[in-house]
Amino acid sequence: MRKELMIILGAALIAGCGTTVDPEQSGAPVEDRGARKIEGAEVKPVTTGDPMGTALAAVKQGVLAQRSVFFDYDSYVIRDEFKSLVEAHARFLVANPKVRMLIQGNADERGSREYNLALGQKRAEALKKMLLLLGAREEQVEAVSLGEEKPRCGEGNEACWSQNRRDDMLYTGEF
Amino acid sequence: MMTALLRTAFALVLFALAFAARAQLTIEITGAGANRLPVAIADFAGEPGVARAVAAVVRADLERSGLFRLVEAATPLAENAPVDFADWKARGADALVVGSVQPAGNGRFEVRFRLHDVQKQASLGGLAYVMTAQQDRATGHRIADFVYEKLLGERGVFSTRIAYVVKRPGRYELQIADADGMNAQTALASREPIISPAWSPDGGRLAYVSFESKKPVVYVHSLATGRRHVVANFKGSNSAPAWSPDGRKLAVVLTKDGASQMYSLNADGSGVVRLASSAGIDTEPFFSPDGQFIYFTSDRGGSPQAYRVPAGGGSAQRITFEGSYNVTPRLSPDGRSMAFVTRNDGRFQLALMDLATRQTQVLTDSHKDESPSFAPNGRMILYASEIGGRGVLAAVSSDGRVKQKLSVQAGDVREPAWGPFLKH
Repeated sequence: MRKELMIILGAALIAGCGTTVDPEQSGAPVEDRGARKIEGAEVKPVTTGDPMGTALAAVKQGVLAQRSVFFDYDSYVIRDEFKSLVEAHARFLVANPKVRMLIQGNADERGSREYNLALGQKRAEALKKMLLLLGAREEQVEAVSLGEEKPRCGEGNEACWSQNRRDDMLYTGEF
Repeated sequence: MMTALLRTAFALVLFALAFAARAQLTIEITGAGANRLPVAIADFAGEPGVARAVAAVVRADLERSGLFRLVEAATPLAENAPVDFADWKARGADALVVGSVQPAGNGRFEVRFRLHDVQKQASLGGLAYVMTAQQDRATGHRIADFVYEKLLGERGVFSTRIAYVVKRPGRYELQIADADGMNAQTALASREPIISPAWSPDGGRLAYVSFESKKPVVYVHSLATGRRHVVANFKGSNSAPAWSPDGRKLAVVLTKDGASQMYSLNADGSGVVRLASSAGIDTEPFFSPDGQFIYFTSDRGGSPQAYRVPAGGGSAQRITFEGSYNVTPRLSPDGRSMAFVTRNDGRFQLALMDLATRQTQVLTDSHKDESPSFAPNGRMILYASEIGGRGVLAAVSSDGRVKQKLSVQAGDVREPAWGPFLKH
């Protein structure tokens, strides 16, 4: 349904004896604002897919099944309570050099989405740095941010926000 | 990651058209200008259905702007009918629009209208259009733009479009609608978030950030064809696209070299050049309308504040100093003022700074404002807010007087971006 809306601004019309030119019969207009066509008014819809993969069995069990690290407000420091968890994941990455990990950093919902994306990135980078210090290799680990876009909890209170300030670890096949 | 993208590409086809979302934005006017110009829009003469529809769109547009007051004028008046100026003056109208709709063959109609200055008893001009019955809204917007420009001396934005994201459970849609919220069309539907849409200066393309491959990736999407391509998918996060005024380059934020930093690249993704360097976060770039500067948010001074850097490189200059959280700097189309989001006592509000005097005015009294976007004539600022836990769009005039609320039923609306003027 290509829409055409032809517009003729006639200087003559303003003068009081307007004429309308059929756009299909008119030549190229010169001094008027021209026969105009609405362009780009149509929008073709696109839908994204849902990428899936085959997950590794080993990372579905035991301590490796725990994938989240939580942060204090406005902080990017890995709290002591999560250090043994990070060490376990580092050991798994060292023992399985072909396995890759995606760290998704997250922020609570307050403030600018793009700034929160950058804050989530800092959290993801902090975890990545720790994994690398523990022996994982740079090419195994990618740190990205989901900003405030993937809250685990949807209410506007601190109990909720503290769950949303976190890193999630995904392994090959899960991203 | 590439294989995931390829799988995604195949899945697109299967999904397309599966959902034809028809979520209409409804606009509620919550404030108006101090001095509204009284204008009468008579029903157009001729084909009753089409004539009434066109005149109704003109009325709704002018009234929604908050700058006009409609004077009752129900009786149809033809474009060339003699005008009883004394009578219209007595009714309180400063301006009068009259028009006619006639069949023009092949299912088309000819719409003529004329704008009269009632005080001066003179014609301010008119136009003639040939349109299909389905183009009644587009025609009405064009007429409203003509009236607006003749009476106020600045271009109207009734024919422009807006982009925004609607979130429903498990589903995100990037939608394009007319500036009055009607005619909403879905450009992209995804199970993963979509943020930061930015119109190309020609209005044909949108750059945005999509999380469909489990991380933020920047795309450029041609609206008419639905064709899109990845412009930034580096290791780490890719986000915050901004077009240069000539439409040839994009500024983006990448984390490939560590923290979030700004880079420029060509619209096809080539030619990546770092724009600035800081130890912390640099994000939310926005080109000044003259292309000379890039305004952005940075925490290099300890708290997030607005800065600017010459587009060709150079040292950064801090713009905001009051308060501990000033983000998302967006320049007005004339380059004279800057809208941004400021935090006051835990509330995030839209503010406007006069760049010459550095005077700042907080424009809203809400608590979760974000993502400001100027109308191309600079009159209104569209932004995202929250009412009753639901995402809505709102618009406020640069003087803070005119206010509108835009919402959809059963969904969160966010991430608005006001498109450019239509090409003449």
